[in-house]
Amino acid sequence: MDENRRDFLKKAGVGSLVGLGVVSAIGVIAEKEGKASTVSEDTSGTRLGMVVDTRKCPEGCTICSEVCHSIHNVPDFRQADRSPDLKHEIKWIWKEPYHNAFPSKSGAFMSESLLSRKVAVLCNHCKSPSCVRVCPTQATFKRSDGIVLMDFHRCIGCRFCMAACPYGSRSFNWQDPREESGKQVKGGKDINPEFPTRERGVVEKCNFCAERLAKNLKPACVEKCPEGALTFGDLNNPNSEIRSILKSNNTIQRKPELGTGPSVFYIV
Amino acid sequence: MYDAGKIIAGLVIFVGIVTYPIWGSIGSSVNVPVPVVKTSGTCVESAEYMRANHMQMLNEWRDEVVRDNNRVYVSQQYGKEFEKSLSSAGKASCMSCHSNKAEFCDSCHNYTAVTPYCWECHLEPKEEI
Repeated sequence: MDENRRDFLKKAGVGSLVGLGVVSAIGVIAEKEGKASTVSEDTSGTRLGMVVDTRKCPEGCTICSEVCHSIHNVPDFRQADRSPDLKHEIKWIWKEPYHNAFPSKSGAFMSESLLSRKVAVLCNHCKSPSCVRVCPTQATFKRSDGIVLMDFHRCIGCRFCMAACPYGSRSFNWQDPREESGKQVKGGKDINPEFPTRERGVVEKCNFCAERLAKNLKPACVEKCPEGALTFGDLNNPNSEIRSILKSNNTIQRKPELGTGPSVFYIV
Repeated sequence: MYDAGKIIAGLVIFVGIVTYPIWGSIGSSVNVPVPVVKTSGTCVESAEYMRANHMQMLNEWRDEVVRDNNRVYVSQQYGKEFEKSLSSAGKASCMSCHSNKAEFCDSCHNYTAVTPYCWECHLEPKEEI
């Protein structure tokens, strides 16, 4: 093919103009999509959530976590001297000091009661969960009713989800959660045969009692709380009990500035 | 060829040793295990279907229960409804009929050298020995 310098430059010029046009067109389209995603709260479908009334939660009471951990076969790792083994700790629902649960809502001259208050914390079952975005095997996923669930069968133990979760709601099984006998979880509790245990090398967290919801039961922590401090329901149903509590109380979420959209609300 | 006798004899011995696993097991074959079913009645599908497809069915059940919250299986053959559950105490589940894991599951799994990891997490039923 016979081509001189002049023709080549002409073609190259036309080509680069077309290229620039395509790039700017993509930019315009992408901008439109970006704007569309920032509309106000979408309330279609079901979004299960919880309200925790921390005022009703008595000091020293751990009934919610005891009940949850015993029905879900959550192991209780202990060191040789029987003190809690914090490096291997596994927790689904537990109590955290106020300033740890709400670091961005703690300041100077806080009320005495808030300073000393312990807040029940659990997986927030976020509207846009960062753990689900990073999971490479889709072992953790968001169900259509808003529950962020784990498929323990698929978890490869990479712990990306633990790094992504801003609430520390996920725990990793560094050790076999079962005793050698296979009949008890670590810590000495008998295994609840209604629910599986986990194996070494998987991540676990609160499942909002998906197995109980399937039987039309409330989550165990909600049912067993002696003070009625926990309320569970559909956040998207304007007539639900949880919505009436949200309407009539000032509630806060944990780290809402991160944009995960937590479905667990707190009355402080 | 030098030392032909030694070489040929050596080759015969070598081939004999290498193929020992083949001819050594002739006549001493292990019988195909027959899983022991303790209860009468029917499974969710016919025994032939279950024998061929139980592994696939359990995988499908697992995904449907965990991901879609779809917990009821309608039998293709009998039209009855069953709870999709491998091992759940007191309720209808695979292991409530087939409670003899060692004779029912393990005998075939050992024979075919497959090691499913069900029991790493799910609780096997207590066996009366």
